[in-house]
Amino acid sequence: MPNPLVQLKGVDKVFRRGSEDIHVLSNLDLSIADGEFLALMGPSGSGKSTLLNLLAGLDRPSSGSIDVAGERIENMSRAQLAHWRSRHVGFVFQFYNLLPVLSAERNVELPLLLTNLSSSERKKHVRTALEIVGLSHRAKHTPRTLSGGEQQRVGIARAIVTDPTLILADEPTGDLDRKTGDGILDLLDGLNRQQGKTIVMVTHDPHAAARASRRLEMVDGQLSTEMAA
Amino acid sequence: MKFVLLVLSNFKRHKTRTILTILSIIVAFVLFAYLAAIRTAFSAGVSVAGADRLIVRHKVSLIQLLPQSYEADIERIDGVAEAMHMTWFGAIYKEPSNFFGQMPVNPEEFLRMYPEFHLPPEQRDAWLKTRTGAIVGRTTATRFGWKVGDRIPLLGTYWRSKEGDRLWTFDLVGIYDGAPETDTSNFYFRHDYFEEMRVGGQGMVGWYIIRVKDPKHAEDVAKRVDAHFENSPAETKTETEKAFVKGFAEQAGNIAAIVMAILTAVFFTILLVSGNTMAQAVRERMSELGVLKAIGFTDGQVLRLVLSEALIISIIGGGIGLLLGWMAVSAGDPTGGALPVFIFTPPARVLGAVFVILLGLCSGALPAIQAMRLNAVEALRRE
Repeated sequence: MPNPLVQLKGVDKVFRRGSEDIHVLSNLDLSIADGEFLALMGPSGSGKSTLLNLLAGLDRPSSGSIDVAGERIENMSRAQLAHWRSRHVGFVFQFYNLLPVLSAERNVELPLLLTNLSSSERKKHVRTALEIVGLSHRAKHTPRTLSGGEQQRVGIARAIVTDPTLILADEPTGDLDRKTGDGILDLLDGLNRQQGKTIVMVTHDPHAAARASRRLEMVDGQLSTEMAA
Repeated sequence: MKFVLLVLSNFKRHKTRTILTILSIIVAFVLFAYLAAIRTAFSAGVSVAGADRLIVRHKVSLIQLLPQSYEADIERIDGVAEAMHMTWFGAIYKEPSNFFGQMPVNPEEFLRMYPEFHLPPEQRDAWLKTRTGAIVGRTTATRFGWKVGDRIPLLGTYWRSKEGDRLWTFDLVGIYDGAPETDTSNFYFRHDYFEEMRVGGQGMVGWYIIRVKDPKHAEDVAKRVDAHFENSPAETKTETEKAFVKGFAEQAGNIAAIVMAILTAVFFTILLVSGNTMAQAVRERMSELGVLKAIGFTDGQVLRLVLSEALIISIIGGGIGLLLGWMAVSAGDPTGGALPVFIFTPPARVLGAVFVILLGLCSGALPAIQAMRLNAVEALRRE
């Protein structure tokens, strides 16, 4: 791989339940190229969400190293990881996870509150992000008045508004019907192809995974199969 | 500042619950203002009592009289600058419920002893010239609509007059004022007139007030006075004016302690109410807090968000409550005169503001710490 943006080496993740150690990820190596759209597939409990959390800096590996855009994140403190996430990671959740009391534009603005941008600069960025996802006309609407597909578009706008290094999507179409889900996949595809965004998407759905440039299958905490796109 | 909207937006979540919590805080702080005013009323005079003044009373009780001849003896005791006497008159104006203190005094001595009472010079001269003259504090003058020149009839309960049996009539020659915490409810008239007109008790007075030369030696002077009258027919008990006023106020019970007990109960309850509101508010949106952490909010920022929310609720409720309480207290003494110094003092207002902040911090502390410690992965899994 010519230019790996993300590099995991010998990553283990062990959870302790009572006196029992559960190995969720075992000696995992993974490289993700800059501008790649990677789909992670696998049955429930295979470790794909754990891997996504490690890539997002929401969790730390039990051993091994994680390098994202030249920064080693496995030994960062909670505060350092929070700052790192705010600069490098855009998260897209299965259930959108918008704040119900905020309008679409305010939800999109949330990550920008952690930057030094002025109010007018933040508004400009929010407008651009909403334009990209095609929801400028719904900016003032609260999540309750938006459809599932629209809410997920707001979620994607929130994920891209800071222009992060990495977009991590956890089952982004899992709560949507096929047609709406296709719209979301088109959007992610466009972000990848037209804007060169690096995307890692966890999905159960082979139809969704087929949109990625690379697909990996996870079984029992290990990457077992690499499928050609 | 940019986080304010985020904090405020959370109040839209459960409007009824937020309003009810704010209302309960308002009630608590109205009660605080009222109880603080009652406490001030009962300790009226204590805070302004002269540090250089002692009170000498009969050792048995305040209602036992002392010989008037003691005045000269007291003035000869080492450390005493000056002495004067007062006697409890205890008469009724129209209705027994129209209570206020009335004491016969020697005007010149009295005005020298109590410089905190402000009497215009012409009224002072009139009092010195008029044997039946009396002065009254602003509170009582306002209460009964008295003005200088009025004739004030008082019905004696203990002291009888040679002229009118129980009826005593005085000419109001002056109205005195004082600092906000000064008790301006008392009525003072001339002792020479009282001495001449009373039936019985001649040569006896209620108690003495001493001004000491050096306040640092007040305790020693008190001991010397009591030692001087030891083994006499009327032994004395001498104490500082502060202790005397406090003791007088506490005849109705330790009001300060009662007020503190009520306030403690009220604030403890309010702390539980608003603490519960905040805990519920945080519990309900664990996954949202998890999202904030996932997009990069630090533990400290999440802690401050929750704490700000609790503080804002407390400041809105407490601020309105203190303001309403202040307005209610300013409307006047609810007893119609039994609490002459019924005010919400500046120190009490500052204390109220401190309580507002403390309530916000305490009610928000636990939920804020819980939110701070929240693990984003765990929180998102709760979805």
